Amino acid sequence: MNGEKRVLIACGTSIATATVVAEKVKEIAKEAGISVRVAQCKAAEVRGRIETFNPHVIVATTPVPKDLGIPVFNGVPFLSGVGMDELKAQILEALGKA
Amino acid sequence: METAQKQVETKQAWVREDLVIVPMRAESATDAIAQLGARLQAGGFVKGSWIQAAIEREKTFATGLPTPEIGVAIPHADVEHVLQQAIAVGVLEEPVEFGEMGSPDSTVPVRIVCALAVARSELLVKLLQQLVEMFQSPEILKQIAEARSPASIVRIFDHHIQIEQRDM
Repeated sequence: MNGEKRVLIACGTSIATATVVAEKVKEIAKEAGISVRVAQCKAAEVRGRIETFNPHVIVATTPVPKDLGIPVFNGVPFLSGVGMDELKAQILEALGKA
Repeated sequence: METAQKQVETKQAWVREDLVIVPMRAESATDAIAQLGARLQAGGFVKGSWIQAAIEREKTFATGLPTPEIGVAIPHADVEHVLQQAIAVGVLEEPVEFGEMGSPDSTVPVRIVCALAVARSELLVKLLQQLVEMFQSPEILKQIAEARSPASIVRIFDHHIQIEQRDM
């Protein structure tokens, strides 16, 4: 892995679900030996945060625009538990390629 | 407000029997939110504005979770509508469709509705972390869905939500 990967977590009001997802993302990255930096924002702030934070990957618990040019993952499986293993694998793969 | 604050500090349970509706019948997600909101309001946990605020928030940021087998929703309103923390729980006999969190075009058939009243956002994070752990267990969801009395719902939540009193 080459260097720190940046993950932007977006949710409706930027606090509750994004924090839960951020903890999970940090956990799986650590397990996989990937160094990550995580930032949280509201869905409406995603475009602005892409410019300032320049994330490699976005994980969102609320709809965000599709045309961002960055891999976007639906983070809800981290909350529901259903599909979580697939999501973990997809995020790690995207971080590995980033 | 002084006395309300003191009560919060000595109160440990998140769910009380008068905040549980089991079995619950609702026509829609909005109806379910309104019924649980009325319990929260009657118990002095939320302001009169909570119900409408939670219904509006649900339209923008849906809270239905496609949990294993039994769908759950966690409707809530912003902190300014809340007086004291509590969870009102409704177990629906027949599921109602909630919008799916993160997927605006999808809905989830929900049988367990947890209306969250949380007055501080950092507390909401802690609560959500523990609720999410609960909801990822098909066994716990089944226990809740099959509970026949408010007392048993209170016991299940008391058992699984462990937030230190000093954190509240």
